[in-house]
Amino acid sequence: MTEPVPILQMRGIDKQFPGVKALDGVDFRLFPGEVHALMGENGAGKSTLIKVLTGVYDIDAGAIELEGRPVAFSGPLAAQQAGISTVYQEVNLCANLSVAENIFIGREPRRFGRLQWRVMRREAERILASLDLDLDVSASLSAYSLAVQQMVAIARAVQVDAKVLILDEPTSSLDAGEVERLFGVMRRLKEQGIAILFVSHFLDQIYEISDRMTVLRNGTLVGEYLTRDLPQVELVGKMIGRELAALESLEDRRAAAEQADAAAPLVEADGLGRPGAIEPFSLTVREGEVLGLAGLLGSGRTEVARLLFGADHAGSGTLRVGGVPVRLRTPRAAVRHKLAYCSEDRRAEGIIPELTVRENLILALQAARGWTRPIARRKQDELVERYIKALDIRPADPDRPIANLSGGNQQKVLLARWLILQPRLLILDEPTRGIDVGAKAEIQRLVVELSDGGTAVLFISAELEEVLRLSHKIAVLRDRRMVAELDNDEQLTTDALTETIASGGRS
Amino acid sequence: MTTLTGRLRIGGQTIPRKYVPVLVTAGLFVAMFAAGSVRYEAFGTGQVILNVFVDNAFLLVVAVGMTFVILTGGIDLSVGSVVALSTMLAAVLLRDGWPVVAVIGLVLVVGAVLGLGMGAIVHYFEIQPFIVTLAGMFLARGLCYTIATDSIPITDPSFTAFAQATIPLGGELWITPSVVAGLVVVVVAAYVLHYTRLGRNVYAIGGSEQSALLMGLPVARTKIAVYTISGFCSALGGLLLSFYMLSGYGLHAVGMELDAIAAVVIGGTLLTGGSGYLLGTVLGVLVLGLIQTIISFEGTLSSWWTKIFIGALLFVFILLQRLISARRTGARST
Ligand SMILES: Nc1ncnc2c1ncn2[C@@H]1O[C@H](COP(=O)(O)OP(=O)(O)OP(=O)(O)O)[C@@H](O)[C@H]1O
Ligand SMILES: [Mg+2]
Repeated sequence: MTEPVPILQMRGIDKQFPGVKALDGVDFRLFPGEVHALMGENGAGKSTLIKVLTGVYDIDAGAIELEGRPVAFSGPLAAQQAGISTVYQEVNLCANLSVAENIFIGREPRRFGRLQWRVMRREAERILASLDLDLDVSASLSAYSLAVQQMVAIARAVQVDAKVLILDEPTSSLDAGEVERLFGVMRRLKEQGIAILFVSHFLDQIYEISDRMTVLRNGTLVGEYLTRDLPQVELVGKMIGRELAALESLEDRRAAAEQADAAAPLVEADGLGRPGAIEPFSLTVREGEVLGLAGLLGSGRTEVARLLFGADHAGSGTLRVGGVPVRLRTPRAAVRHKLAYCSEDRRAEGIIPELTVRENLILALQAARGWTRPIARRKQDELVERYIKALDIRPADPDRPIANLSGGNQQKVLLARWLILQPRLLILDEPTRGIDVGAKAEIQRLVVELSDGGTAVLFISAELEEVLRLSHKIAVLRDRRMVAELDNDEQLTTDALTETIASGGRS
Repeated sequence: MTTLTGRLRIGGQTIPRKYVPVLVTAGLFVAMFAAGSVRYEAFGTGQVILNVFVDNAFLLVVAVGMTFVILTGGIDLSVGSVVALSTMLAAVLLRDGWPVVAVIGLVLVVGAVLGLGMGAIVHYFEIQPFIVTLAGMFLARGLCYTIATDSIPITDPSFTAFAQATIPLGGELWITPSVVAGLVVVVVAAYVLHYTRLGRNVYAIGGSEQSALLMGLPVARTKIAVYTISGFCSALGGLLLSFYMLSGYGLHAVGMELDAIAAVVIGGTLLTGGSGYLLGTVLGVLVLGLIQTIISFEGTLSSWWTKIFIGALLFVFILLQRLISARRTGARST
């Protein structure tokens, strides 16, 4: 008859950052035994809501109640002690420590104050096994990929006996199998009566796992809905405040495939490889062609990109750019040949948090010109304004430190940094990760525009639909080997592609 | 942030890459000792090594404190001055007839409180440790001269008796109580770093302070603690130095902060924090001490050569660290 009592209730939450009202009178409640999705565009205030809840930031106004008692946490530590376990957006672990420590640090098993390393390692193995992960728990975390690190962060959060589990975009770097495993764990926890707050930009995932959702837009509450009552189209409408036409309008790329075949080869890799990272592969990208790279996490997609860009040294093979053999010893050399690489790990390799949006945007262009030829301020303003608009970076203030932007907007700045260079080959490694539906469509449209304008694009994404939608040709990787190169014609479907990935091209 | 990952293969044995810097330092120490033994008569004895300990016990203790600070990614430039201040305090108080135990207690408390103050400023005002401890360095050095401008001899009988005591180890070998004190500090510190939450939090903060905070670790407490530990170690080092010198003087231990930092770096600890071992620091101090010994055995070389060698070594070791951390293969994959 009546609804159960919420375990967590937030009322009238306000949070003002210098120049932005990140949250404005937001109400939010969480019920035990439910998965509650927090939805909204990039910069809507999802992460901020999570951070004020867990005491990373103070609230300006409003009240938070946990199990009916008013609370105000002084920081993540206090929130943890009260039973709220959080995985923040972006992996927040210490890569220099071992896997086991990252799971346990702060609550290590002890006896008379002495850490019990053996118990810790054994427990860590057990917890990871429950997530189907088999890692060397005493190896340092930095030895593992971003996806594994993400899983370790999740393992850390589910290891404690929490009443509330918060996951801020935990799936952004996971592949389908890992997402399934995570969902398995979430369902188990849900049955134990734990309340789960989940953030993701993947609508399919939201509909698969969540029971209830709260939608935010520009820091204000749009509403709370039961997932089964709110069709996907309506949800998107509520998130962006208008109907989303962009996705539909993107015409199918396949027709253009043949035409691109005739263009001149831009980058040709012949037997390029690096022992231990990727087996020798051959690859041709033509002008104006979008080449998709498909494969599971760890299949070697990023390795291919890094070799083409000179970020790693090739152990074998040759590379030709515009028909001329080149040896790319450094990314700088690649940039001189007008190659650009937008990496997947924006936190470690991409943004420079202390600098402003403008400086982060201009960085690659300035580096390409050399430090002795500064870019005129007026030119800077013009470029910055154009790309902020093109990618709809919010807030549209070039002089804000990039660290203050929401995760998705930081991603857009990174992308813009490379677009400014007007490269001949643009390598995009998971460009739409962590980006909301509206912006995702914008980025896809941008790729199409670039390719129409003659730019070659190497498009790497875990989302096969996206790869299929955009690419003329698709190279499939598996176990660090290039196993197939397919023309994206009428016959190719997501299922067929999945099949190729799974079978390794033997059919 | 740089981290050392992966494993290195040596003769079928795989060694985690993070141990390599320490092993290199150990190898260097052995090589230097062997070379010295070949070149000079009377060098290849155990006592030569023990003398390195005897002559550098205070540096060892100071470097232990420095290791904590550097592991969090900080730096403490005040240690040399705090050492000098401690010798000064000890000498003056003993001259005024204070009991030895009270003097030792007070000196240690003063050192720890100075460290605590600097740590609190570093954390709460978010000021660079370099700046804060630079100020602390001038402050402590200045305080020495407000106490006295000249060297003050220490004549307290029990203090001098303790200072001149030796502990025979059988054979012709001996050490001093200071060495014992130094080694106790090393063992306790190694235990703290490896087997307590405080120690692991130190590494975590050195890895990423932001992550440590979001993982719910007590960042404020830990950061302040490391500077307090460093202050305490400096004060203890100062006491050991006053045993060694039997005087208090504002010009004692000039530049010792740099020796301590050099020892830590040569011992394989990354200046950016998060990676390193206390054993490395011990080896670093031994290497520095052995360089001095070799130069004194050489006889004709000026003592400035010590500095030149240390400088060269530092270069080599920092290059080595870069090489090891740059050669991480297959770390990323998607
Ligand atoms: N530390 C900060 N200082 C200033 N402004 C901030 C800070 N953190 C976030 N903001 C701003 O607050 C707003 C909400 O950001 P938030 O990170 O909560 O968005 P989000 O909904 O999590 O987006 P995303 O999906 O991109 O992660 C954004 O406009 C952002 O620029
Ligand atoms: Mg966010």
